[in-house]
Amino acid sequence: MAVESKYMPLDGANAVSQAMRQIDPDVVAAYPITPQTAVVQNFSQYVADGIVHTEFVPVESEHAAMSACIGSEVSGARTMTATAANGLALMWEELYIASGMHLPIVLTVVNRALSGPLNIHCDHSDSMGARDSGWMQLYAETGQEAYDNTIQAVRIAEHSDVLTPIMSCQDGFITGHGVERVGLLPDEAVRDFVGSYEPELTLLDTDRPATFGAWDFTDYYFEHKREQSEALIKHALRVIREVGREYEELSGRPQPILDMFGMDDAELAIIVLSSTGGTARAVARELREKGDKVGVIRPRVYRPFPDDMLVDAIKDCKAVAVLDRAISFGSPQGGGPVFTDLTAALYNHGVVGLPVVDYVYGLGGRDTLPPMIESVYDDLAEVAAEGDRGAMVRYLGLRE
Amino acid sequence: MAKKQAPRLDLPWQEVSPGGVVRDEGNSVTYITGTWRTVRPVRDTEQCTQCLICWIVCPDSAITVEDGKVAAFDYDHCKGCGICAQACPVNIKNPHAVTGEMGKVIQMIPESDGDA
Repeated sequence: MAVESKYMPLDGANAVSQAMRQIDPDVVAAYPITPQTAVVQNFSQYVADGIVHTEFVPVESEHAAMSACIGSEVSGARTMTATAANGLALMWEELYIASGMHLPIVLTVVNRALSGPLNIHCDHSDSMGARDSGWMQLYAETGQEAYDNTIQAVRIAEHSDVLTPIMSCQDGFITGHGVERVGLLPDEAVRDFVGSYEPELTLLDTDRPATFGAWDFTDYYFEHKREQSEALIKHALRVIREVGREYEELSGRPQPILDMFGMDDAELAIIVLSSTGGTARAVARELREKGDKVGVIRPRVYRPFPDDMLVDAIKDCKAVAVLDRAISFGSPQGGGPVFTDLTAALYNHGVVGLPVVDYVYGLGGRDTLPPMIESVYDDLAEVAAEGDRGAMVRYLGLRE
Repeated sequence: MAKKQAPRLDLPWQEVSPGGVVRDEGNSVTYITGTWRTVRPVRDTEQCTQCLICWIVCPDSAITVEDGKVAAFDYDHCKGCGICAQACPVNIKNPHAVTGEMGKVIQMIPESDGDA
């Protein structure tokens, strides 16, 4: 049964702090970094005002933040943190420890370019680098979705079939600092939705003592890694779908794994994460009115990669463009991670001959404007008409 | 302490404890690390003064003590680090009962020379 949301003008970072206030986690250990700062700043104010029951740990670095989160989560406390860019990079070794120990930590990421040269604006180079760290990753188009994803992330990560940490990402500045109309669920509705965290074993349970993070030798490490992978390849997407349906019933807001526009009969499709999905949809809507069979797929989930669904959605298209807000340096022709994963998925599902072009866009906060998206559809029309893919990796908004 | 059962080393991945959590507390005693050893400590029991310094410094609790005296090396867990031989303060007056060399009460010999 849907409950009424209360609408407020909020930037995306503040929307996430509101979600954190309503989740009221046991522990938050975090360190400020642009453009995530507002998330932690607002939340620490809630702690200081006694609005939440959270133990807030003001650590000296992101390395310490994730370390504190691991200690806290393994002790049985529901734990959250937030970061961006170089802060995420500083968490690196702990990311793998958190996922390897099956600790369902929720990390909200406000995506920012990973320097250098120094840049604080949006791209996905920070979280994309962590795509193999064993964490799940959700990408939000809007501040509203960042709020919704953060609340669902708690349930997804803590599900007994998953027990895997999760990143809830949104675009720095574009949605992180952009004020929009955000619907907040009632506090008690969120509290009931997330429920309480009841791990089976914890470090502080002296009645059932256990050892966590012990030495794992050549005789068992391999088996533990295979077991860790199972949560992502077998269970996570199902759980994300189930939690999404439940959240949709509560909020009235749909939570698809792939947010699709025009894909029922699209011949030319763009696949893009996060805020640029909105720009692409606006352009596609205009082109549709002119009769062009164009579509947009905006995956809300990138890890685990929803390969079956994506292949199924595009297999009948005539040409597809992936928009990547990061370069996977040294990959074939310097394409981006989404393109690499998608084309591998097509091959492995036996879909060959579908021309797919990669566009690297928006690095370091470069604006991606509607005419650029239109040019992608123009390019795709040409690829489809001529039956020749042409350059595999292209650039959108780059001076050349 | 009750005798612990050794952990199985043949579990398939489907049956391992997620995250490597060890649910059976205190089971490290069942994990045999003595196979890592390339050199082993040997003690001249006649010339030993029972100062117990080797027992204090052993990082693997691999020196067993009975009735306040050093009884034996636990070769199931001794990794052959040699700290006991290094810390042994007693300069022996007669050649070592095992090695025949002068020096300390505890000396290290190559593992292949021992009767492991």
